[in-house]
Amino acid sequence: MASLALKNLFHDKIRLTVTLVGIVFSVVLSSIQLGLFVGFQRATSDILYFSNADLWIASKNVTHAEDGVPFSERKLYQALASPRVERIEKQIFQFTTWKKPDGADTGVLLVGFDLAGGMGAPWNITEGRIEDLNQPDAVMIEELYKDKLGVSRIGETVEIRGHRAKVVGFTRGIRSFTTSPPVFTSFKNAQNFFGLREDQTLFLVVKAKPGVDPESLKSELQSLMTDVDVYTRAEWTSKQRNYWMFGTGAGITVLIAAFLGLLVGVVVVAQTIYSATVDHIREYGTLKAMGASNFYLYRVIVTQAFLSGLIGYAVGMSVALLVSRISLEGTTAIILPKELVVGLFFLTILMCVGASVVSINKVTRIDPAMVFKG
Amino acid sequence: MPDRERIMKSIEVKNLVKTYGAAETAVHALKGVDLDVFEGELQLLVGASGSGKTTLVSIMGGILSATSGSCRIRGAETIGLGQKQLQKIRLDNIGFIFQGFNLFPALTARENVEVALDLKGFRGAEMRRRAGALLERVGLGAKLDAYPADLSGGQKQRVAIARALAGEPRIILADEPTAALDSFSGKLIMDLLQELAREKNRAVVVVTHDNRIFDYADRIVRIDDGRISERIMPEKGMAHHHGMMHTTFEPAAAV
Repeated sequence: MASLALKNLFHDKIRLTVTLVGIVFSVVLSSIQLGLFVGFQRATSDILYFSNADLWIASKNVTHAEDGVPFSERKLYQALASPRVERIEKQIFQFTTWKKPDGADTGVLLVGFDLAGGMGAPWNITEGRIEDLNQPDAVMIEELYKDKLGVSRIGETVEIRGHRAKVVGFTRGIRSFTTSPPVFTSFKNAQNFFGLREDQTLFLVVKAKPGVDPESLKSELQSLMTDVDVYTRAEWTSKQRNYWMFGTGAGITVLIAAFLGLLVGVVVVAQTIYSATVDHIREYGTLKAMGASNFYLYRVIVTQAFLSGLIGYAVGMSVALLVSRISLEGTTAIILPKELVVGLFFLTILMCVGASVVSINKVTRIDPAMVFKG
Repeated sequence: MPDRERIMKSIEVKNLVKTYGAAETAVHALKGVDLDVFEGELQLLVGASGSGKTTLVSIMGGILSATSGSCRIRGAETIGLGQKQLQKIRLDNIGFIFQGFNLFPALTARENVEVALDLKGFRGAEMRRRAGALLERVGLGAKLDAYPADLSGGQKQRVAIARALAGEPRIILADEPTAALDSFSGKLIMDLLQELAREKNRAVVVVTHDNRIFDYADRIVRIDDGRISERIMPEKGMAHHHGMMHTTFEPAAAV
C-alpha cells in the first residue's frame, strides 16, 4: 500500500512538482508572515521585557508604553514605603523627533533610564560604553538605523526636539517595530530633551526584593497609590503588544497574510491531489472491484498527501529559515522560534491530509461498475 | 448434459431483474435472467451494446446490486448483501479482467500483481514470489520489471490476467478482454483463459462482441434487451450458427 502511494506520487513528476510548489509556497508564505508577526511582536516589547523590572508604574489609563503622561516623582517615595521593594527607578519612553546632521527630520523612540540602576538600559553594545551616557546630551543608537538617523560614527551630533545630542555608542539588534528607531540616553538627558520638570517622570520601574511575588507587590503598591496604575512585567508587555498588534491593526494584517498563505496552500494541495485522484480513478475503481476496502484506498491517498506535505515542508521551511537568517541582518526581523517551526510542521501535514479529504470523498463514491465501462 | 449437474455451479442466477431509475424514467436493464456458470467452463456473454451484458456481469461479480431475483456465488446469495460483505465475496472468489487493462501506470508488471496479492493478505518475499510465478504463468517472466507503458496491449492484458489470478479465485469475469488487441494477442489471451477453465477448473465468463473468440466457448449465451434469447453449446456447431459468424483464431486446446 505504501509502495503504491509512493510510486503513484513520484510517477508523474510534473504533477508532483506542481503539488510541491504549492506546498512550498504556502509554507514559505505562512512561515515568513508568522515570523514577521513574532518579530514585530517582540520588537514592540523587547525593550520593556529586557529592562529587568518587575513592575511598571504609569499614569492612569495609558493604552501603551509610548502613551505615558508625566506625573510627580513623589510616587517613587510612596512606593519605597513598601519594605518588599528593592529599588525604584524613573524612566522615560516616548516618541520624539530627531534632526539629522543634514537637517532632515525623522522620528525616534527615546528611552531614558537610570544609569545607576540600569533597568531599561540597552544591551548588545557594540561601540561605546554605557557610562558614556553620563555625558550631557549623550545618546546611544542602534547600528541598524545608522543610515536612517544620518549617523555613521561616534561623536557625531544631531538634534532631539531642538536640543543638541551627541552619539556616544551603538547597539546591535534592538529593532524598532515602527519607523522610529530606539535611542537610549540617561533619564536626566531624556528629561532635558522633553523639557520635563526635575520632579517629573513618565514611568517608574520597580525591582522587587528576591523571593517577593510581583503580583502581591503590585497589589500592595496599587493600594498605596490610587492615581496611577501598576503593572507586572507580563501585563505591561502584553498591554504593549496587544495595542500595537491588534489596537492598530498591524498584527491583524500580518496574521491575515499568514492565514491566506495557508489557505492558498490548502487550495493548491487539494486541487492537485484531487486532480491526481481523478486521473487514477479507474485504477482506484479497479482496486475497489477487486475487493479493496474504502479504508485501503483512503490510506493510499492520505499517504500520498502526507508524503507531499513532508517534502513540501522540508523544502519550504529550509527556504523560510534562510530568509529568516538573512532578515536578522536587516531592520525587519523574521523570527522563527522552535515552537513555530514545529507547529508549522503539524499544520502543513494537517493541511495536506485535510486537503486529501476532497479526494477521499471522490473515492468513496466510486462506482466499481465503472471499471466495466470501456 | 447430465454430468453438468454433478459439477459445482460457480454462479447461479435466477429471475434476475435490474431496473435503473424509477417511474417514467426507469430503464429495465435485466428482465428476469436465469443463468448458471459451472466450474471448468468458459462461457461467453454476447449481445448488442445496451443489451444488459455488463449489468449482468457486474451483478455476478458482486459489484452491482440487483432490483430482485437471486445470484449465488459458489452457493452464497449475494442479493441484498451490504457493500462490506460483497467486497469480501469479490476478494475471496472473483478475478476481474477489463477491456482497458486498468493497470497502475506507476507500477511495474510485478508490482501491479503485488497490489492484488497485498489485498489478499500476502506480504514481503512470499508476495514477490507469487507475483513472479503468476507472471511466469502468463508468459511474462522476462517482463517482471517492465512498466505498462513499455508493454504491448497483449502483454498488458496478460499482466491483468496474472493480477486477476492473484489469490487463485475460482471465478474469472472478463469484460471484452480481446477487444483492444490484435488477432495474435487476442489468441494468446483466449488460450490462457481457456487453459484456466479446462486445466485449472475455473469458471470463466467473458463478455464480448468479438466473434473471433466464439470457438473457445463451452457455452455462448446471447442477451437481447435484458433477456437471454439464445443458449448455444459448441457441439451444436456454433461456428455456422445464425447470427454468430466467426472469423479467425482457432483455440489451441481444440487443435
